[in-house]
Amino acid sequence: MNAATLTWATYAAPSRFYTLAGRLIPWCWAVTAEFCLAGLWVGFAIAPTDFQQGEAYRIIFIHVPAAWLSMLIYLVMAFWAAWGWMLNARMASMYARALAPTGVLFTFLALWTGALWGKPTWGAWWVWDARLTSEFILLLLYLGYIALTEAIDDPRRAANAGALLALVGAVNVPVIYFSVRWWNTLHQGATISLTTAPKMASTMLTAMLLMTIGFWAYSFAVVFARARAIVLEQESEAEWVRTLATGAEKS
Amino acid sequence: MNWTSWDEFFRMGGYGLYVWGSYAVAIAVMTGEALLAVRRHRRARADARSAS
Amino acid sequence: MSLLAVTRRDLRLARRRQVESLLPLGFFVVAAGLFPIGVGPEPQTLRQIGAGVVWVCALLAAMLSVTQMFASDYQDGSLEQMLLAPGSLAEIVIAKVFAHWLTTGLPLVVATPLLGLLFGMAAPAIGMLALTLLLGTPILSLLGAFGAALTLGLRSGAALVFLIVLPLTVPALIFGTGAVGAVDGGQSAQAQLSLLAALLIITFLGAPWATAAALRISLE
Repeated sequence: MNAATLTWATYAAPSRFYTLAGRLIPWCWAVTAEFCLAGLWVGFAIAPTDFQQGEAYRIIFIHVPAAWLSMLIYLVMAFWAAWGWMLNARMASMYARALAPTGVLFTFLALWTGALWGKPTWGAWWVWDARLTSEFILLLLYLGYIALTEAIDDPRRAANAGALLALVGAVNVPVIYFSVRWWNTLHQGATISLTTAPKMASTMLTAMLLMTIGFWAYSFAVVFARARAIVLEQESEAEWVRTLATGAEKS
Repeated sequence: MNWTSWDEFFRMGGYGLYVWGSYAVAIAVMTGEALLAVRRHRRARADARSAS
Repeated sequence: MSLLAVTRRDLRLARRRQVESLLPLGFFVVAAGLFPIGVGPEPQTLRQIGAGVVWVCALLAAMLSVTQMFASDYQDGSLEQMLLAPGSLAEIVIAKVFAHWLTTGLPLVVATPLLGLLFGMAAPAIGMLALTLLLGTPILSLLGAFGAALTLGLRSGAALVFLIVLPLTVPALIFGTGAVGAVDGGQSAQAQLSLLAALLIITFLGAPWATAAALRISLE
């Protein structure tokens, strides 16, 4: 196949995605390592100690990127799931399912680091501020999506049901966030908010951005690997899978 | 440099438990997830091989 | 089948299984009633947690019976007929949700004053609690229908519905309990009530169509 006939749609075929993803994964890991190391260097060696929070604030270099990615991945997941549903594109649906566990991971990390940040800063392991509470609900949305898609045996029904649920979830997230913020400002007795993060020195922001890109590359690496597994699981009847399985294997 | 010794670095101004607790868990779950994904892929390949 | 006929049919089915239909109400009262025993009879505490406890128990009670909306029709094949029928599936969903609300939601609203007394709430607070549930229980039925349609025929359907639907009910919970809290503090609950009413309208406009889509997905 020459370059002229190769289009984006070509990679919609599970077989081509499988090969392409396999080639890209090592590069994704390389980018992950570079940016995370760079981010940690800037974050620890260069960024100054925070005036109010001391060294504890350095947790944000994980907390904020994880939170951003948890939200980004949900939207991307909903997007590909919807694409797969509307256009009957199997690869898109498989990719959406591959995204979900990584989304859960980052949501969990955001919550965990949020707790470890809150304890020394605000004195409590858990703080019901708007963003952490919304993050918690996002975790429930992810779990619902995974539970639903895993509970349905028929892959097509599972993918489409998941897509609808993810879309409804995505639409609801702003409403939920708004209502949680409202709720939080009402109970102002405890004026605890993790939004009063340290005033960002530019080095802190740089470190956060570097870590975000690193995490983003990481998600590609892991999601590609998982998607390849899902492709093999769901396309096991296909000719190319049989050839791959029995023939000489290069991943 | 922010710290004058390794000891200071690990203590993190008294917040060592929280900071390293965060980073340790992050590394652990991210490594774990990567390993799980690889394992899933390997298992899928083995299943495809045995099925064909 | 006309919409009213759909509603009436569901009501008739519910009446035939009266004990089953009353289970959510029973759960509502029992679950809410357990809190004072677990938390302690201190009147101040109870008055503070009353609205939240009643609302959460209403959420759970509503989810208990939601799968019934489609289960029997699914089993006897009439649900597939409804899909093929010329009329709008979303409208049939609305009719079914209405029947569900009449059998499950409305009794919860009626039972609310009793629970309000158990928690030692003041009369204005009880009134507001009942009003917020009057607006809220239809939202729960609408969202529950969506969950029931997605999990149609699944083994773990009932449990899945909880996990899927409850996060979506958080805004209603917040505004409902917030309204009661405002009244308790001597302020106006205007804002919360308006938001709750807006939620009801938006849910009414969106959920039946999402539910219809879910039914088509589940029955393909």
